[in-house]
Amino acid sequence: MNEEVVIKVSHLYKKFGHFTANDDLNFEVFKGEIFGFLGANGAGKTTAMRILCGLSTPTSGEVNVAGLDVGTCADAVKAKIGYMSQKFSLYEDLTIWENMRLYAGIYGVNKNEFRMRGEELLRELNMCDERNRLISTLSLGWKQKLAFMVAMIHKPQIVFLDEPTSGVDPITRRQFWELIYEAAANGVTIFVTTHYMDEAEYCDRVSIMVDGRIEALDTPSQLKIDHNVSSMNDLFLKLIR
Amino acid sequence: MIEVRNLKKQYGDLIAVNDVSFSVNEGELFGVIGPDGAGKTTLFRMINSLIIPDSGSVSLWGLNPVTDYKAIREMIGYMPGRFSLYEDLSVEENLEFFATVFGTTIEENYHLIKDIYAQIEPFKKRKAGQLSGGMKQKLALSCALIHKPRILVLDEPTTGVDAVSRYEFWDMLIKLKQNNITILVSTPYMDEASKCDRVALMQNGHVLMVDTPWGIENGFSTSLYGLKTINKYKLIQFLRSSVSCKSVYPFGEYLHYCDKREDVNEKILIEELKQAGFFDAIVDEVKPGIEDRFMELMGNVI
Repeated sequence: MNEEVVIKVSHLYKKFGHFTANDDLNFEVFKGEIFGFLGANGAGKTTAMRILCGLSTPTSGEVNVAGLDVGTCADAVKAKIGYMSQKFSLYEDLTIWENMRLYAGIYGVNKNEFRMRGEELLRELNMCDERNRLISTLSLGWKQKLAFMVAMIHKPQIVFLDEPTSGVDPITRRQFWELIYEAAANGVTIFVTTHYMDEAEYCDRVSIMVDGRIEALDTPSQLKIDHNVSSMNDLFLKLIR
Repeated sequence: MIEVRNLKKQYGDLIAVNDVSFSVNEGELFGVIGPDGAGKTTLFRMINSLIIPDSGSVSLWGLNPVTDYKAIREMIGYMPGRFSLYEDLSVEENLEFFATVFGTTIEENYHLIKDIYAQIEPFKKRKAGQLSGGMKQKLALSCALIHKPRILVLDEPTTGVDAVSRYEFWDMLIKLKQNNITILVSTPYMDEASKCDRVALMQNGHVLMVDTPWGIENGFSTSLYGLKTINKYKLIQFLRSSVSCKSVYPFGEYLHYCDKREDVNEKILIEELKQAGFFDAIVDEVKPGIEDRFMELMGNVI
């Protein structure tokens, strides 16, 4: 991890009528960092994440992602980031390779580049022999691992992961995190939400949102010291109740 | 009580539930714990008469869901995994509807739902579709309870719910037990096992084990070490390459490590890690949790 800032959020507000979903958010995320974005249901995580991804615009405030202002350059931002949602998996009736080709096409990766990149990602997953399998025949764990790789097909600077491990078995969940570590070690910034508090410990830094505001932001170990708790689970309960 | 014997259900090539047997005692809070695709929903739907098994049998206090489904549906309160109340009816209308369908009234069994329903009663005129996730969950539980069921079947009530709401939900279940309702609940969150009287661990259609949470944790076969270092990812890679490594998994801020050697201890491990350059490494023997045991059992099956 280094000190190069890839996400900078200053005084971000998002209002829906009288309801303030994001209430003066301020934070920075560094290149190659694994940044955990936690909070209770309805705290405003999804709203903030959609703004960071250029899918929604702030009511006020500045949001800079990958060197671009999302307010004015949303489309350019989208080309520089990857996104993996919990619900959206891949196209079930296409094969692994076809899915990769589809997303490469959408993100404007040219043919030759894709061939190399596709092979590289399959090798990393040890799935080179499986490329012609239909997605529908894969287990949830493999689908999620593959979806993560596909989200990186265009070599994005930042990947947003929205509850990527929900319902995944404990071994696969850990294998998934090893893929995250590996990507981060290669300089990709990871912005991740989760309901598993042990996974919060895997992040370099963690922010916890409560009612639209960021109530805590630091390394997991520092947060535990500051709030005098023994686990992230205890911290979460303490802040939110 | 509930008796499940050699239950099996197959969809094409996929065996969703494979030779599953267990029993649940009257008044027990029984958890079925496993990841998505383990077969939990199929199992529950065979128990509550919504799916007919290929083979095997289910008995609920002597009744068979295949032949006695009418009687069984009156006995059971079911909360499916997906929110399935009427979104365009109000909170109150939903509750009234379910009470009426089961031939009772809200007043008659209000004592059962009082603690839960009181939390959403201020919003009783609001349409169910406009409730927050946590409120929907409370309404669904109220609707499942309003006919005073003998058994409550809850399919992943806490999936996608934050840690605090999950905590509160389990508190509600534990309170419900006092009414002598037998509760069958499934979850993918291993940490929730400790709230149950007994749990069944499920994976790929099989029940790996049935026991008390305590019994499951104590079944862990070897010593488990918690390792801590600043360079976690490097340490994982180092341990994986070692011949004496049985298993290593990240666990919060620690790595959980099992060694193949029998004569190993904390001192030896620390020494070995220092020699490998991990000078800050801390090694402590730790108590295995449900998740450790689940992964050990998974390893045996795959």
